[in-house]
Amino acid sequence: MKNRYRYSALLSVVVLASCAALFLGQHVNAAGEGKITGTVKLDGAAPHMKGIDMSKDPYCVKANANNTPHLETVMAGANGGLENVVLYIADWSGPATASTAVPVFDQKNCTYTPHVLAMDVGQTFKVVTSDQTTHNIHPLPNPMTGNIPWNQSQPPGAAPVEKSWKAVEVIPVKCNIHPWMNGWYVVVKGPYATTDANGNYTINGVPPGNYTVTAWQETYGTQTAKVTVAAGGAGTADFTFKAK
Amino acid sequence: MRTRLQTWSLLVGATAVLALPMTSWAQLTQADFQSRIGTESHIGSITGHAGDGKAGYRRYCVGCHGDNGDGAGENAPYMQPPMYQQPRDFQLGVFKCRSTPTGTLPTDQDLYDAITRGFDRSNMPQWNTLSKQERADLVAWVKHFSPRWVNEKPGTPITIPPEPEVTADRIKAGRDVFARVQCWKCHGVLGQANGPSASTLQDDLGRPIAAFNFTEGSRPKCGDTDRDIYRIFMTGLDGTPMPSFADNIKPDEAWDLVFYLRTLMKQHSKEKEMAKQLGLKPVDPNAPAGQQ
Repeated sequence: MKNRYRYSALLSVVVLASCAALFLGQHVNAAGEGKITGTVKLDGAAPHMKGIDMSKDPYCVKANANNTPHLETVMAGANGGLENVVLYIADWSGPATASTAVPVFDQKNCTYTPHVLAMDVGQTFKVVTSDQTTHNIHPLPNPMTGNIPWNQSQPPGAAPVEKSWKAVEVIPVKCNIHPWMNGWYVVVKGPYATTDANGNYTINGVPPGNYTVTAWQETYGTQTAKVTVAAGGAGTADFTFKAK
Repeated sequence: MRTRLQTWSLLVGATAVLALPMTSWAQLTQADFQSRIGTESHIGSITGHAGDGKAGYRRYCVGCHGDNGDGAGENAPYMQPPMYQQPRDFQLGVFKCRSTPTGTLPTDQDLYDAITRGFDRSNMPQWNTLSKQERADLVAWVKHFSPRWVNEKPGTPITIPPEPEVTADRIKAGRDVFARVQCWKCHGVLGQANGPSASTLQDDLGRPIAAFNFTEGSRPKCGDTDRDIYRIFMTGLDGTPMPSFADNIKPDEAWDLVFYLRTLMKQHSKEKEMAKQLGLKPVDPNAPAGQQ
């Protein structure tokens, strides 16, 4: 009888210890992940972003009554920071990040918000409409990559469309009804980030190691930089695109 | 590999900011095609074999669709969009006339029907003079040009409920659907293909393309039965600006819309007669939502 108690006590200790080890192990793992941060700037005067004539659709004109809609191919902030640049790890050898976040691509005031949507291979994203006019959401991937083009209508009040992409690719997306509406799905593998209005970015969840970070800008193309991330530390990679 | 892909995407992307590239994307080799020479098609009880379709393809199809199925045959330069669409690039595996949802492969029967029917207002004639076996073999040969059939299965055809009886209420309800989902943005309030967005339409490869004009008496490209019309707007015509409305039009409403579209068509129909009696007016593009 006594022996049996001793046995179960021992078993409990072993189980508890294993649980603790597992928990601590995960904790250590999470703490080991570092990040890559930096700023993307434009060198030179930002090109003029042409205004958009939306008179084809009176709704769109009205929706933009208080602002001047314009192209968004180069979005430079006051300090020269470049917005909408996607940063990702070109030599990523791990799996696609199993992110449960669902990035949202909104059709608002007859433009795409955000203009550039980055996502991981296989990550679900959502296309919504805030407009009282019919849009058609029409991504144009290269079918040879394994990403297949589709084209769905979204009349006012339409339910969100949820999709994902199979392969790494920079995919233009457009609305045929409103030909000025152009955006991008940047599908990458592994951790990624998109610059904010000041050109700043942080790629989180990067395990320690040496990486090549790529910066993609829709007009200026790509640049790469080598970065080393220490356990729990931050690597830095700044980029400068020359204005054209 | 990935860097190369990214560079490639970027090259396409840079030109695609306002206008999409006109060139074919495909970079397939003879070895790719040869590896898929065993491709089959299944049309009812008939099995088509790609290898058996080769001779027929060389005789009937190659002039427009090209040796490699990329749509760059020697006649292709003479087909000027938007009046005449360029021949289909089979390597991309993207097809207009499908019974399957947008973004999915068509069924073998869909391809067989397209070959049989031909495309009105295009250089693609009807091939119903070829035997069923010849057409089935051609379907298999067409499929062997694209790697998509290796990696994917055709989509599940959409369900089309039995066609209900046409009534005045259904035609009026169809007019409401036409207004709500804004078919008129491209097709125009009278179906004359002169909506505000009609003039800027482009296909997936950046070539100009016209919306369907209901009033000139030509047949819709993907068939002119009521079921064909139902299928066209519920699946969308992939590779063109015509989207799928499957998520936004309920099956019952879809039949209403079919009936209303008949009233716009030049061809005589029961629906057209009923609309005349009803004194049905075209939709008002400026009316607030739900107040037609």
